[in-house]
Amino acid sequence: MNRSKFDLAVGAFVALGIFALLFLALKVGNLAGFDTGTAYVIEARFDNIGGLKVRAPVKSAGVVVGRVESISLDGETYEAVARLRISSAFRFSKDTIATILTSGLLGEQYIGLESGGIPEYLAQGDRVMKTQSAMVLEKLISQFLFNKAAETPGQTK
Amino acid sequence: MKADPIELLTSLGHAVTSRLDRLGLAARFSVAVFRVLGAVFLRFGLIIRELYFSGVRSLSIVIVSGLFVGMVLAVQGYEVLQRYGSTEALGVIVALSLVRELGPVVTALLFAGRASSAVTAEIGLMRATDQLAAMDMMAVDPLARVIAPRFLAAIFSVPLLAALFSAAGVCGAWIIGVKLIGIDDGAFWSQMQASVDVRIDIINGVLKSIVFGIAVGLISVFEGYFAVPTAEGVSTATTRTVVTSSLAVLLLDLVLTVMMFRGLN
Amino acid sequence: MSEHQDIIRIENVRFAYGERPILDDLSLTIRRGEIVAVMGASGGGKTTLLGLIGGRLTPSAGKVFVEDQNVPDLSKSALYALRRRIGMLFQFGALFTDLSVFENVAFPYREQTDLSDDMIRTLVLMKLEAVGLRGAAYLMPSELSGGMARRVALARAVTLDPSIMLYDEPFTGLDPISVGIIGRLIKRLNVALGMTSVIVTHDLNETLRLADRVVVLSAGKVYCDLAPDEIRISTDPFIRQFADGLPDGPVPFHYPARDYVGDLLAS
Repeated sequence: MNRSKFDLAVGAFVALGIFALLFLALKVGNLAGFDTGTAYVIEARFDNIGGLKVRAPVKSAGVVVGRVESISLDGETYEAVARLRISSAFRFSKDTIATILTSGLLGEQYIGLESGGIPEYLAQGDRVMKTQSAMVLEKLISQFLFNKAAETPGQTK
Repeated sequence: MKADPIELLTSLGHAVTSRLDRLGLAARFSVAVFRVLGAVFLRFGLIIRELYFSGVRSLSIVIVSGLFVGMVLAVQGYEVLQRYGSTEALGVIVALSLVRELGPVVTALLFAGRASSAVTAEIGLMRATDQLAAMDMMAVDPLARVIAPRFLAAIFSVPLLAALFSAAGVCGAWIIGVKLIGIDDGAFWSQMQASVDVRIDIINGVLKSIVFGIAVGLISVFEGYFAVPTAEGVSTATTRTVVTSSLAVLLLDLVLTVMMFRGLN
Repeated sequence: MSEHQDIIRIENVRFAYGERPILDDLSLTIRRGEIVAVMGASGGGKTTLLGLIGGRLTPSAGKVFVEDQNVPDLSKSALYALRRRIGMLFQFGALFTDLSVFENVAFPYREQTDLSDDMIRTLVLMKLEAVGLRGAAYLMPSELSGGMARRVALARAVTLDPSIMLYDEPFTGLDPISVGIIGRLIKRLNVALGMTSVIVTHDLNETLRLADRVVVLSAGKVYCDLAPDEIRISTDPFIRQFADGLPDGPVPFHYPARDYVGDLLAS
């Protein structure tokens, strides 16, 4: 049977397909993923998590240092609890501020960490003390309207 | 002739039961095919032959289509993004659309039209000319020798072809976006790499195409195996393969997309 | 192992295709070494009979014993084991169109045996020589005439030296020379390999030359079971119509219809 004719073509086909997969993984995707290496998990509580999603990046000075591992609601204090997995390569002081930021105008939300000055650092299981919640559009608008109303006294309909 | 309501009801009921019947037959057939799969791997030459006819022969249509789809995505995407001043996100839009959806789905549809229909016609013709019966009478199981290799070829081919489709699409988008429109090359790739996650997007896309390959493969061999052994029967079976495969791919895509991409929250 | 004198025993078999009954309480015994021709009107169950013997069809009632095994009861592996001793020639040959003549005949050897390529080559060429087609070994089935294709299929069917051969209309659609060739081959193989042959056919002349017995089916039952000479001199009107090819008789010429004049004058 002339299988040799098929073997060559099929081998080339499979090689081409695997090459395409690698191309996608490396050139198109982020195979240099973050999840290798040791990490520690810290907790941050927010009044409002906004559009933050699990696996969203945690950045400091714009550089990715970790990922959001989980998001849940504290049933008693009604705060959003985000657990952040941070690479062990980075240390953040105990007075670090965690803010929910948006990348670009239409962008996804991420957590930005700004380290403080205290020489003690956050470790596994510690809680970030200072947090700033996401900007919620409705609240911004109502705040704006409120401020506007306060600026022009005596104006009644 | 007046429409008799009782007749309408009976024909409706008959249509439903006959479809359920066929579905049951398909289920039993699928189980029988899966049972012989293990033995078929020993006859690797058969699988290679089918990989050639189903996979290699589909390369040109898949790569060319991928290229064009990527180009169109770039054009359309640029038009929309330009309004918000976010044109560097073009790579992101194109890559995600391709890897998550268009790659697996369009490839499966193309495969159904090109390779699956050929497989159905081939098996149907073997049925019509008694070749399957002759093989059976020679104590060689047609399921193992004819059906299973073609089924396996589909499962292997579709994911590889989908990857090629997506890769070609990204290249096509690059040609339009970077070369012709003038978007920054670095921004194009870096934004894409920042947003396309190997685990969520690429691997899920590959999983989708594996599922599509299984569905399309099963449908094509089933329709061929149970084709009515006449010229008309083979032609009907072939069109049925294409239609059923297309619908199955789209339905499975909905289910899988919801399962995989539902809430990354 | 016993000699299986009654190598095929069909007992009170019933078979229906959906609503239509094809075989109705049919019984037939075939002895080792015989060439039995099965004839009857089209759609009368002749091919069904072959399907039952080969295990491709299951009767709704009755038993089909081949070499003393009840075929419908056999497991798949037992059925396949039995089928290695049965060869079947399909109506138009049923050669595998993607394989050459050589590979078609080699197929049973490659699938069922562990013989070396050299051995297979020798055996295949021998089988092809027996049917007179050794020179065509490397042609593709699409390049063969009907008669040649059927001869190749015959060579393929006897590769594993079966004890039973089933022929489904082997003469249909062939020129007289090919008919004579196939007929001669059937007879020679039956004698040379000590086989039993069941031939479903319409060709009476060739049948009368070949067969030891002629079984005629009618209304799902065995109508008669005679030696060729007895067929020739029979006075039974049905057999006569069959043998002489008469247009009208027990099998009517006219499909049941209304009165002719009434039909013509109807508005």
